[in-house]
Amino acid sequence: MTDSPDTIAARFAGSLGSFTLDVAFTAPMQGLTALFGASGSGKTTILRCIAGLARLPGRLSVGGEVWQDDRIFRFTHERPIGYVFQEASLFPHLSVRDNLRYGQRRAARAGAQPTISESDTVAFLGLDRMLERAPATLSGGERQRVAIGRALLSQARVLLMDEPLAALDLNSKEEILPYLEALHERLAIPMLYVSHDLSEVQRLADTIVLLEKGRVIATGPLSDVLTDVNLPSARRPDASAMLDAEVGEFDARYALTHVSVSGGNLLVPGRIGEPGSHRRVRVAAADVSLVAERPSATTISNVLPARIVEMRPLDDAQVNVVLQLGQDGAGARLLARVTRRSAEMLSLAPGQQVFAQVKAVSMLRRRAAAKTTPPVARRATAKSRGWLP
Amino acid sequence: MLDWGELWPPIRLTLELAAATTVLLLLVGTPIAWWLARSRARWKEAVAAVVALPLVLPPTVLGFYLLLFLGPRGPGGDVAELFGLRTFAFTFTGLLFGSVLFSMPFVVQPIRNAFEAFGERPLEVAATLRASRWDAFWSVAVPLARPGFLTGAVLGFAHTVGEFGVVLMIGGNIPGRTRTLSVAIFDYVNTLRWTEAHIIAGGMVVFSFVVILAMFVLEKRFSRLRG
Repeated sequence: MTDSPDTIAARFAGSLGSFTLDVAFTAPMQGLTALFGASGSGKTTILRCIAGLARLPGRLSVGGEVWQDDRIFRFTHERPIGYVFQEASLFPHLSVRDNLRYGQRRAARAGAQPTISESDTVAFLGLDRMLERAPATLSGGERQRVAIGRALLSQARVLLMDEPLAALDLNSKEEILPYLEALHERLAIPMLYVSHDLSEVQRLADTIVLLEKGRVIATGPLSDVLTDVNLPSARRPDASAMLDAEVGEFDARYALTHVSVSGGNLLVPGRIGEPGSHRRVRVAAADVSLVAERPSATTISNVLPARIVEMRPLDDAQVNVVLQLGQDGAGARLLARVTRRSAEMLSLAPGQQVFAQVKAVSMLRRRAAAKTTPPVARRATAKSRGWLP
Repeated sequence: MLDWGELWPPIRLTLELAAATTVLLLLVGTPIAWWLARSRARWKEAVAAVVALPLVLPPTVLGFYLLLFLGPRGPGGDVAELFGLRTFAFTFTGLLFGSVLFSMPFVVQPIRNAFEAFGERPLEVAATLRASRWDAFWSVAVPLARPGFLTGAVLGFAHTVGEFGVVLMIGGNIPGRTRTLSVAIFDYVNTLRWTEAHIIAGGMVVFSFVVILAMFVLEKRFSRLRG
């Protein structure tokens, strides 16, 4: 493992009580990396090790700075992190304003460069009306917003989030998610996000570290990992592929929006957004069927040429098929779930050119991370304009 | 027949003793309470038991050992010699030492409970917000444990005011020096001076009531503040 200014490199191996962890992974110093796994997979322990709240033998470097190795162990308060806990854990004896300032003051005393201002944070998270209030008088969602603001204002270089939505009811979750999406879009610092909820990860993550029983079973860009048929995530009933889409023209006559993904175009009901803007699209494996020839008459408007990359039986009846869109099979990856019977009837095989019929497409609200922008440029622009546009 | 001038010295001495004991106990008891609340050492409950011993130990037993310890032939006597004294027994210092030991559990226990009540989380949060352990102790732990400090201080003070057995054993009954209120009552009753005994006893009932009431009211305010 090398120390690069562009990555977080972590390796931890050891036991905490009866739990054994043995992980090594790298995450980019930008965008949102999800630590995803069932409860007991060790994701929170990893986050606590990165924060220095727990200590396991290993090595950790963040943006080229070593925070832990055989000789070095930086204490939590010496690490420029922001940590959002599952429960907001606001200080009950301090007002919202003093909670926000708690880390900010100490970061300033430690000589941290102020990158995020209090007024920006308050405006962004919509906290201006509650600054003088006591945490006990806030709703669950409001508390978590304050906790996010408090973590940001400690001038964090990495934002660590431990299932920040898990303790909230559905309404509060819907209240917080847009903030997380906007945060992800505007924030120049990387986020590590622990979750056991696939839909959260699909919505927010760029990179994913897949964990099982204290081990990393896969890591990489979200779209690659989610369409890897050898991983348990592709075996779930809700297995889906995530695609980056650019919004095109709106067809007012049929109220459909054209969106383009790598290797094809899709029609989506309704007006989606400004032409040229980017969105993330989810296509469930169960909503994709395959045909050998382009059908002449079908009610399914999204029929895309694609090439079969890989096939793997799911159970006795079904097969998972990985596709790459486009005539040349160089586009985005898609997952299709077909019956074994159909696969044999069409004699599907890797390398074969087919047509994918996409029955349903869900648009996720957040715009996908602009993959074309190199990381340095992205960080530089984020820095030059502050963290808000 | 009633001599008000004679009542004042024991009142003053008692208040001085109780105030000094409370201050000392907050200084000494807080680190002990913190350690008992946070340590994972296996023998910490043994330490806790020693601290709590005065709760069940007859005061005269504690007083007896303290007398030996602080007397001219005990280690306390050796320390006293450094200050040009023969002994700490029958002195204010001796009284103070005994009171601190005897009232220790009344101060340590509420503070320890308060430290334990909020758990590790607020301290972890403080650390992620760049507060050192020392900083977090003062800016988070102490404010959160405020009700415990209040209860501990009030109980420590009141308990010292009412202490009799230990005081009599190591302090004796020297007017103006070691004669506290509770010893004075005992003395007045022995000499059949009922009026003086009534005044002091009644005064202490009122005092105790006011103290406990004030504590309840303040605690309620704290908890309301926190919701």
